[in-house]
Amino acid sequence: MVQWIIGKWDAFSHDVYLNFIKESRYLLILDGLKTTILLSITAILFGIVLGGLATLLRRSKYGFLRAIGYTYVDVIRGTPSMMQLLVINFVVFASVNVDLFVVGTVAFGLNSGAYISEIFRAGILSIDKGQTEAGRSLGLSSSQTMTYIILPQAIKNILPALANEFIMLIKETAIVGYIAMRDLTKAGDIIRSLTYDAYMPLLAVALLYYLLVKILTLGIEWLERYLRASDMR
Amino acid sequence: MIVVNGLCKTFDKTPVLRGIDEHIHQGEKVVIIGPSGSGKSTFLRCLNLLETPTSGTILIEGEDITAPGANVDKIRQKMGMVFQQFNLFPHLNVLDNITLSPVKTGKNTKEEARDIAFSLLKRVGLEEKAGSFPGQLSGGQKQRIAIIRALAMSPDVMLFDEPTSALDPEMVGEVLQVMKDLAEAGMTMVVVTHEMGFAREVASRVLFMDEGLIAEQGEPDEFFKNPKNERTRSFLSRVGI
Ligand SMILES: Nc1ncnc2c1ncn2[C@@H]1O[C@H](COP(=O)(O)OP(=O)(O)OP(=O)(O)O)[C@@H](O)[C@H]1O
Ligand SMILES: [Mg+2]
Repeated sequence: MVQWIIGKWDAFSHDVYLNFIKESRYLLILDGLKTTILLSITAILFGIVLGGLATLLRRSKYGFLRAIGYTYVDVIRGTPSMMQLLVINFVVFASVNVDLFVVGTVAFGLNSGAYISEIFRAGILSIDKGQTEAGRSLGLSSSQTMTYIILPQAIKNILPALANEFIMLIKETAIVGYIAMRDLTKAGDIIRSLTYDAYMPLLAVALLYYLLVKILTLGIEWLERYLRASDMR
Repeated sequence: MIVVNGLCKTFDKTPVLRGIDEHIHQGEKVVIIGPSGSGKSTFLRCLNLLETPTSGTILIEGEDITAPGANVDKIRQKMGMVFQQFNLFPHLNVLDNITLSPVKTGKNTKEEARDIAFSLLKRVGLEEKAGSFPGQLSGGQKQRIAIIRALAMSPDVMLFDEPTSALDPEMVGEVLQVMKDLAEAGMTMVVVTHEMGFAREVASRVLFMDEGLIAEQGEPDEFFKNPKNERTRSFLSRVGI
């Protein structure tokens, strides 16, 4: 029995050594984690800008601007993000030499911008029409009404949804290996190809994703409680 | 002061206002009554362009507000509106509710707006609520705040759309009192209401709307004593007069 446990332990520590310690392979994982987090952050920021623009376009009084905003959201939501990534890398940026990180940011920013635009739209629509009418009847312009009355209220619905979108993005970026970016997933895969052990590296990578998402989810729950508490006054 | 000519409003092919001609003079208190769906709210909302008229013209102090290129925001600053559902801004405290528009439209500085807000709050006896949020107020208090929020823009005319209909009965009186005080102070008012007592006491003119038209109008004494129109008579008997 004891023999068996010791044997298992030895095998386990050997696997850990082989996959993570030898040749400092854990650094691959750490670098990958860093890339995943940084890419998700730049992409969500770019997405927020695009989503805001798309929302403005879709609320414009000019039909052709509304059509542009609508088409953008429609096309992005109607195609796989994998396709979008490949098109951005191998078509849009095919003949220009830019950093892969920029390519990833553009691809995932474009993708999440469409979903973020929907988040903004739903947030704005969740505010009672009477609020807009009260603002306008007081002589405020439509942009003043949006800035001082609608958005401050809509933000309570928008923030948690945005945080959710960020979580989605962290998981979505796992496909950037296809354009040769070394994110967390790719790091696990590289180690697997070096050690011929799939179990350890992939499990470690999955665990890191899970922890990352778990921490953010707890953060969102806290945020929602906080926002709800501020509603009570 | 307000001249309405041939005002029509159609929602998806359903005519709601069918040619309204009306003249409202400075200092008048016009009370609009009529059955549900007769177009009272729509008429009121056309006056400050919350609804866009389908046809017809509306002149406010000689300016055609339905003309393309009319400065709608500027016009609305001169017309206060009070809603059935109060529509206070829940994320702002009472003081900020009142000062937001005067400050953001550039009418007043922050300090001026604050002083005006406090003198208005005093007028309706709600000074101590300046720092409260709408969610902490009773319905009657909310509506009184909504009224002075509109007054803070120093409007030339005040529009009321059933200001007491969403209130518990015991709070109706305090809101009507504020409106009576306002009437006494000489404000031009257009009021849609089911409060016949208020109409009797305050109105200089009562309009009866029916199916998108002003079916009958008159001074309250004459109007309530001798309604001429058959529809007016049946409406008044239904509301118990
Ligand atoms: N935005 C809208 N879209 C479509 N129909 C509308 C709209 N607003 C009002 N209507 C219709 O216009 C008619 C008149 O409505 P309005 O609100 O002016 O009546 P009202 O006299 O104020 O009635 P109430 O006493 O119930 O408030 C109703 O039949 C209503 O259904
Ligand atoms: Mg109505």
